[in-house]
Amino acid sequence: MNSIELKNVSQSYKKSRVLHSVDLTLGRGEIFGLLGPSGCGKTTTVKAIAGLLCPEEGTVQVLGKKMPDLSIMGRIGYMAQAAALYPTLTAMENLRFFGKLYKLSKDDLTARIRHVTGIVGLGDELDKKVSAYSGGMMQRLSLAIALLPDPEVLILDEPTVGIDPVLRAEIWRELRMIAEGGATILITTHVMDEAAKCNRLAMMREGRIIATGTPDELVKNSGKASIEEAFIYYGGGSHEN
Amino acid sequence: MRIKAIAGRIINQLRHDKRTMALVLLAPIIVLTLVYLVFDAANDAYTISVIKVPKAVIQEIKSNDDYDMTVQRDSKAEAIDAVRSQKAIAAVSVNSDCSKVKIYVDGSNASDAKKVRGVIEQSVGQVVKDDAKAAMEDVKDEMAANPMAPKVDLDYVEPDVTTDYIYGQEDGSFFDDYGAPLIGIIIFFFVFLIAGINFLNERKDGTLERILSTPTKRGEIISGYVLGFGSLAIMQTIIVSLFVVYVLGMIMHGNILLVLLVNLLTALCALTLGMLMSTLASSEFQMIQFIPVIILPQVFLCGLFKLTGIWDVLGHCVPLYYTTDALTDVMVRGCGIDDIWLDLIVIGGCALLFMAMNAAFLKRQRSV
Repeated sequence: MNSIELKNVSQSYKKSRVLHSVDLTLGRGEIFGLLGPSGCGKTTTVKAIAGLLCPEEGTVQVLGKKMPDLSIMGRIGYMAQAAALYPTLTAMENLRFFGKLYKLSKDDLTARIRHVTGIVGLGDELDKKVSAYSGGMMQRLSLAIALLPDPEVLILDEPTVGIDPVLRAEIWRELRMIAEGGATILITTHVMDEAAKCNRLAMMREGRIIATGTPDELVKNSGKASIEEAFIYYGGGSHEN
Repeated sequence: MRIKAIAGRIINQLRHDKRTMALVLLAPIIVLTLVYLVFDAANDAYTISVIKVPKAVIQEIKSNDDYDMTVQRDSKAEAIDAVRSQKAIAAVSVNSDCSKVKIYVDGSNASDAKKVRGVIEQSVGQVVKDDAKAAMEDVKDEMAANPMAPKVDLDYVEPDVTTDYIYGQEDGSFFDDYGAPLIGIIIFFFVFLIAGINFLNERKDGTLERILSTPTKRGEIISGYVLGFGSLAIMQTIIVSLFVVYVLGMIMHGNILLVLLVNLLTALCALTLGMLMSTLASSEFQMIQFIPVIILPQVFLCGLFKLTGIWDVLGHCVPLYYTTDALTDVMVRGCGIDDIWLDLIVIGGCALLFMAMNAAFLKRQRSV
């Protein structure tokens, strides 16, 4: 069974089409990268998968059920592009609040909080108010919250923006471990070296999926030397002027 | 329980935000104290012009303990003129057996007018009582002297008082009239604004979307807000009500629990309306812009000021009207639940309606 399946998904926003019949299939244990320039429809696609948007056309299925579905949402971890935190609360209060929304028991919650904050390296900063956090720390806390429910599907919208390379490498190591445990991870990015770390990639442009495949396949099929060049090749040159 | 988690989070946010807390709890007290000082800071020395009043009554008026009364004798025309030109606060005439009292009073400061009327009525009453007592003594003496004499019934006649207001009117403005509606208005104002801004930030910062990405039901979000800000409203109501009743000495004839109930429902109404309006705002400043649109018209239409004709009809269309009505009934008139249940239903109904509309709005963001 596929973890995530989009069939013919189309969506408009204020009369302009932002998604043109997008088809996408993600299997279990896969780290899937959605690659494309800003405004190409990555976030809209991701929101449709997270159940935050009901597309006008087509269907979105996650873990075998049509989205949005509350029982499935408890098994999805979602990290939006903006940090989406309460700045006046401490990091711990933020974590506990979202943990309770996933109905984690008290002991579970404490254990999960220790685990996920360890991954993002925030273990010692939890009593600080989020308003005192740097941008990178907020991003890490946001990621920690997405990991909180031990999700089977993890959706990360540009998760490593503003995180330093050492920590980024650590986070990637952890993401691989999560995927090896059978979870599906969908990452959007416009950073090419991150794209290379995904098992499979989809390139998006102006609301369309223009190519899918492993990073190597995409590079080979385009006859270019790197993902970046492949991306420009598939992009069809609307930026050439 | 998710509702409790959301309510707890709101209370945590407020707890960390000391300035907002101070604003919510202290600002109403400052405003009400100011209103009290403005409307109730009356004099304690008055001049009364007497037209034709028995000596005993004049004596009684002069000797009252609370205020310093000066009495001047005038003809009727002079007396009324004195009131008109504000040389005297009232003109009074009492017939010889104290059964008829006529007062002409300057009602432009209702609090002063009320005090002076009180003194005059009390004095006349005292004289009537003294006379009755004296008559009683006479009868007793007579009965002692002649036990066979027929029993005499003692008439105790309440004086018939008529009052003409030269300026102002009887139920003009004084703190007791303003205080009750003001409590409701203040609670509506603060809860509307703070809940609205909180929900707006939730929308703007993406935390609402994040909540919607969890299995939290839409109803749970709204109920959580109701519980969280409901607790804030209860706290504010208790502090404000106790302050006006015990510190400022506002009259409180009814059950304080009913006052709390009315204010709690009002807070729910304000909270759900605030959440609703926040969907139309894109910044805190735009939320502030709703004050002249949503709050001020309600203040003018709610019954704080006397309305006539079309305005009175319009007044019935704003939720605060029913709060004002219920609070005045309970605090000033001492009414019970029998008299205000309709008000409660209207306020609660508005809150329910706004809640349902909020849930419908959230549905646009997530269809389940």
